[in-house]
Amino acid sequence: MTLTREYAAWSPEQAEEIIAPIVRTPGPILRCLQAIQERFGYVPADAVALVAQRCNATRADVHGVLTYYADLRTQPPAAIPVRLCAAEACQAVGGRELQRAWEQACEGDQHLGELTGGNEPVFCLGNCALGPAALVGDRLLGYASVERIEAAVRRQHEQQGLQEGERS
Amino acid sequence: MTTWFVPRDAAARSVGADDVAQALAEQGHRVVRTGSRGMLWCEPLVECAPEPGGARVGWSNVTPEDVVEGRLQEGATNYLGVVAQVDYLAKQDRWVFERVGVIDPLDPDDYLAHGGLAGLRAALAKSPEGVIDEIVESGLRGRGGAGFPAGIKWRTVAQTAPCPHAGEPAGAPAHKYICINADEGDSGTFADRMLIEGDPFCLLEGMTVAAHAVGADKGIVYLRSEYPDAIEVLQEAIVIARERGWLGSSVLDTDLAFDVEVYVGAGSYVCGEETAMLESIEGRRGMVRVKPPLPAIEGLFGTPTVINNVMTMASVPSIMARGAESYARLGTEKSQGTQVFQIAGNTARGGIVETAFGISARELIEDFGGGTRSGRPVRAVQIGGPLGAYLPADRLEVAMGYETLAEAGGMIGHGGVVVFDESVDMAQQARFAMEFCAEESCGKCTPCRIGSTRGVEVIDRIRSGEDPEDNTVLLRDLCEVMTDGSLCAMGGLTPMPVLSALDNFPEDFAPHTRGREG
Repeated sequence: MTLTREYAAWSPEQAEEIIAPIVRTPGPILRCLQAIQERFGYVPADAVALVAQRCNATRADVHGVLTYYADLRTQPPAAIPVRLCAAEACQAVGGRELQRAWEQACEGDQHLGELTGGNEPVFCLGNCALGPAALVGDRLLGYASVERIEAAVRRQHEQQGLQEGERS
Repeated sequence: MTTWFVPRDAAARSVGADDVAQALAEQGHRVVRTGSRGMLWCEPLVECAPEPGGARVGWSNVTPEDVVEGRLQEGATNYLGVVAQVDYLAKQDRWVFERVGVIDPLDPDDYLAHGGLAGLRAALAKSPEGVIDEIVESGLRGRGGAGFPAGIKWRTVAQTAPCPHAGEPAGAPAHKYICINADEGDSGTFADRMLIEGDPFCLLEGMTVAAHAVGADKGIVYLRSEYPDAIEVLQEAIVIARERGWLGSSVLDTDLAFDVEVYVGAGSYVCGEETAMLESIEGRRGMVRVKPPLPAIEGLFGTPTVINNVMTMASVPSIMARGAESYARLGTEKSQGTQVFQIAGNTARGGIVETAFGISARELIEDFGGGTRSGRPVRAVQIGGPLGAYLPADRLEVAMGYETLAEAGGMIGHGGVVVFDESVDMAQQARFAMEFCAEESCGKCTPCRIGSTRGVEVIDRIRSGEDPEDNTVLLRDLCEVMTDGSLCAMGGLTPMPVLSALDNFPEDFAPHTRGREG
């Protein structure tokens, strides 16, 4: 199982390498930005000029794409991001109440808040019969509650720690 | 050694299927990871075949402790008996989902053993025109919600000459595309995800039939990023299909050359609209295009393009294999065949129900869904996603079909049915519809971009008792402008949940009647 992945530090050389095969295909801008985020965790400001130049587009074009899509980040993500579904099927089973309770839990526990980045709402995770749904790191949770989310965060945090231990 | 079957479906994994599979493997059992049967309230639903190749029996809501303590026995409280005979499944008529939950989604031999490729072989034995006639005859309509006849769309693409990508010189290679819209963003829908995770070859087979029918050489599946498991399964399936010669330069040793690629979305609901999807595949902001030109004539990169929903295309193999006539006999006069309904929200038995059109909403919600999960009475049901109408509990006799729901002031959309119990505040739901539109509008049409924000404000004024009568008139006026003045369904249909809430639940819009948070 893949855990919340580790990202590389920003490197323009690496970025060029990643986007080189994409720029040869039609309509490359969005996929270049996605590939950069996949490797570095976010799209740094420096990447905009690079993608623009390689795709023969203006920086405004690239900036437009970067700011349009909710997935694309211009800042590094939290270690184990938590995303709660904010859409109707989860609202029907207490999604709004869960969101408030989770945000309170993060306010009351600074470490938890920093580790997870609080909550970045998402519209539908496709788990609408077992709601409320949450994405904890890259793990989908059904019947989400503050307790279940916290347990999933702890589990992934421990596994990340183990992985780091193995490497050092 | 007994073989055990544990779903690898994301919903099953979200409630612990991986831990159960691991526990079974640690006990030395052979474990096959399948899709989910779609009885999602039973997940993790674990099965085994006591006789090799015989009927599979199952247990619901299995925990690793059940495995370790040897509790998976006949007679256990969670024992389901023969899974295919459980009422929920036995009452369905599965065409699209016939293999989902049964086979290992990435085992091509399992696929063949369960009827895989029969549709494609039947199609390749026919002329392209013959395939299109068959799809027209089946009555298959777009399952993304618009309901356009699939065969007619295919015929338009077939009759349009392939051409080079826009901006390329006239002598450059000419193409036609098959684009699959798997940007399943509607809350309450998960059929595309489950089909791709549970039977990805079925989608690829349908696309290949379409490629033969219209003369396309390239296929793209635009799959939303919120579905990481589906992305992984589909990408692996494409690699396997190429190895098997099911895709590539000579499909099944014929002249047909067709290959498929996955494009991943980036978190934009409006990219589920077909022209916004094309913009996104072309790497730009997902902004809606003006039609005409129709994508069938000038679509992806300016080439003739078939755009179908996952469910539409996954219906094709079984139609080709079993015959258009038997498919067209199902359902109602104008809504033929089966629809994959998804029961979601506050439901006791949520999941996939594939059945002929014409079933009533009440049968889906009560007979299949078993009422609410909370045990409180059903108050409202939203059918067809976030842009669908909210129907009150006393109007659920409506037959599920494109026209019948439209007559009832709703729409079938992608077949999602979201159930709410009596605790729902319908003014809050109406407000959310506007809020969602404001968040997700691509910004091209002013009524959608600005009207949605104004809509939130007007609903807030009504809810706080500020000049409620005049503001209600204003809200209706605003909805009319959005309906008439937006290019696509985002702005054009957001008024549907808003006005249905207002018309069917006016009491919730009076100040100080229900919960005020929001």
